[in-house]
Amino acid sequence: MAEIIVPNDVNEALATNRPLVSDKEYTTLNLGPTHPATHGIFQNILTMDGEKIVHTEQTVGYIHRAFEKIAERRPFYQITTLTDRMNYCSSPINNFGWLMTVEKLLGVTVPTRAEYIRVIMMELARISDHVICNSILGVDTGAYSGFLYVFQEREKIYEIYEEVCGARLTTNMGRIGGMERDLSPTAIAKIKDLVNNSLPKVMKEFEELFDRNKIFRDRTVNVGPLSKDRAMAYGFTGPNLRAAGIDYDVRVAEPYSAYEDFDFEIPVGHNGDTYDRYMVRNAEIWESIKIIKQAINNLPEGPYYADSDQYYLPPKKEVYRSMEALIYHFKIVMGEIDAPVGEVYHAVEGGNGELGFYLISDGGRTPYRLHFRRPSFIYYQAFPEMIKGLTVSDVVPIMSSLNVIAGELDA
Amino acid sequence: MYNNQKIVDEVVGQFGDKAFAFEEPFGLLTFSTLPGNLVDIVRFLKEHKELKFTFLTDITAVHYPDHKDRELCSVSHLHSWENGLRVRIKTFVPISNPSVPSLTPLFDCANWLEREAFDFYGVNYLGHPKLERILNMDEMDYHPMRKEYPLEDATREDKIDALFGR
Repeated sequence: MAEIIVPNDVNEALATNRPLVSDKEYTTLNLGPTHPATHGIFQNILTMDGEKIVHTEQTVGYIHRAFEKIAERRPFYQITTLTDRMNYCSSPINNFGWLMTVEKLLGVTVPTRAEYIRVIMMELARISDHVICNSILGVDTGAYSGFLYVFQEREKIYEIYEEVCGARLTTNMGRIGGMERDLSPTAIAKIKDLVNNSLPKVMKEFEELFDRNKIFRDRTVNVGPLSKDRAMAYGFTGPNLRAAGIDYDVRVAEPYSAYEDFDFEIPVGHNGDTYDRYMVRNAEIWESIKIIKQAINNLPEGPYYADSDQYYLPPKKEVYRSMEALIYHFKIVMGEIDAPVGEVYHAVEGGNGELGFYLISDGGRTPYRLHFRRPSFIYYQAFPEMIKGLTVSDVVPIMSSLNVIAGELDA
Repeated sequence: MYNNQKIVDEVVGQFGDKAFAFEEPFGLLTFSTLPGNLVDIVRFLKEHKELKFTFLTDITAVHYPDHKDRELCSVSHLHSWENGLRVRIKTFVPISNPSVPSLTPLFDCANWLEREAFDFYGVNYLGHPKLERILNMDEMDYHPMRKEYPLEDATREDKIDALFGR
């Protein structure tokens, strides 16, 4: 019997007219676009050797809605509703980030009371964002009950949103120059009840369920670590960067609103693994509670909107009485306010990191160009490197702990 | 501590008139450069012992149809965490040959940001490992954020430019 010829490379295979047989055979697995574990619409094509991941191909853009293009045809105040739909787990941060960008361009100074209200709402948003991320991480590692405990608190936060602005998820909170209405006594009572009574209790219970849980730690400790240098090269910001050990926080580095008035700490992790990301988010929830307590107890008296007729809607009573108020009301609603020429970059600390707004105005009534620096979009690039060589069961916790929000990813 | 004036001195001292059009809108140092010098300047800022612009915040593009032969602009934002300073570097290129060197050798996060700018504006980043569309579908044969593609139906008269102050 003739010897079986097994070609070693492509040239030999062509020369001997024999198929090239490789001892490695890879499996391809599609994780997404609509997979329950991705918590959003994006695709990962995993090439696997057995259960080990060799290569990952990412596809994003499934819910791209062209916000930047739409924004070029909208008056400034109508763009707030577009920003809601980016990181929909913490929409007030997006809203206020955008409003602050416009206020910077227009030169409007916001009164302290409005700044404090904004800080409270932004920190509530951060809590709801982190709570979702961490509890879903629990669900992905097989612990469902923690998720149910904290979701009751998220519901309370959404009730506060409802009391403050009337909406729950896509909030459109605040106006250029301040807030659309003052904090009502009910809202203040609800916020106080949340930060003093219910949330700390539930968070303590949540931490007791997870922090030293053997199964949870086995699934997360040393899973998907990322060094400082790599995190920086990949443009990480927010909790994911701080988990890697770099204490960069926009709230401290470039304080906006009234953040310089408050006393809080920036929690950092050690090696940037899934457990560190979880711990940093939990610690940040406690810091947020601290900030809200300080803000609500020292809430200054005074107006909740800036004294700028041109940009802030006059009170409805005035509109019926005075001609100027009626004119400004009409001009603002119709979007007929010309903005000054300018180029602004403003960043806020979003739920996932530095949320930047790069706005170019040519003196028109709409932005000439508006670019959103979306943290998820930038750090999601690191995902293939983080999961290389791991198993499929590790992919899901790493993805949840990165908190990639599809709306923010695709804009 | 460094301030914007010192960055200007350092950059001009090293590159002379290769960096030009310095301005400071809202306190953020902005300057322009030619595509050929972009990587050198960014590397200089990144590897400088004291400036330490080690973080790339953002890369995006802008289309100015009225600028003759410099219609497209690639804008990079760098951040020095230790000094708390930001820098914005602009590179203008003609729309007929929109080639800008890629910053991917210096920053890994430039990869998708440049793909996004390519996708929407058609800026051709030379040396990019995989310059493909990212948010739009691959079959698309135009760059939708360019100003020649209006968002609204062109036949509508209630949304003319005059109503938007232009």
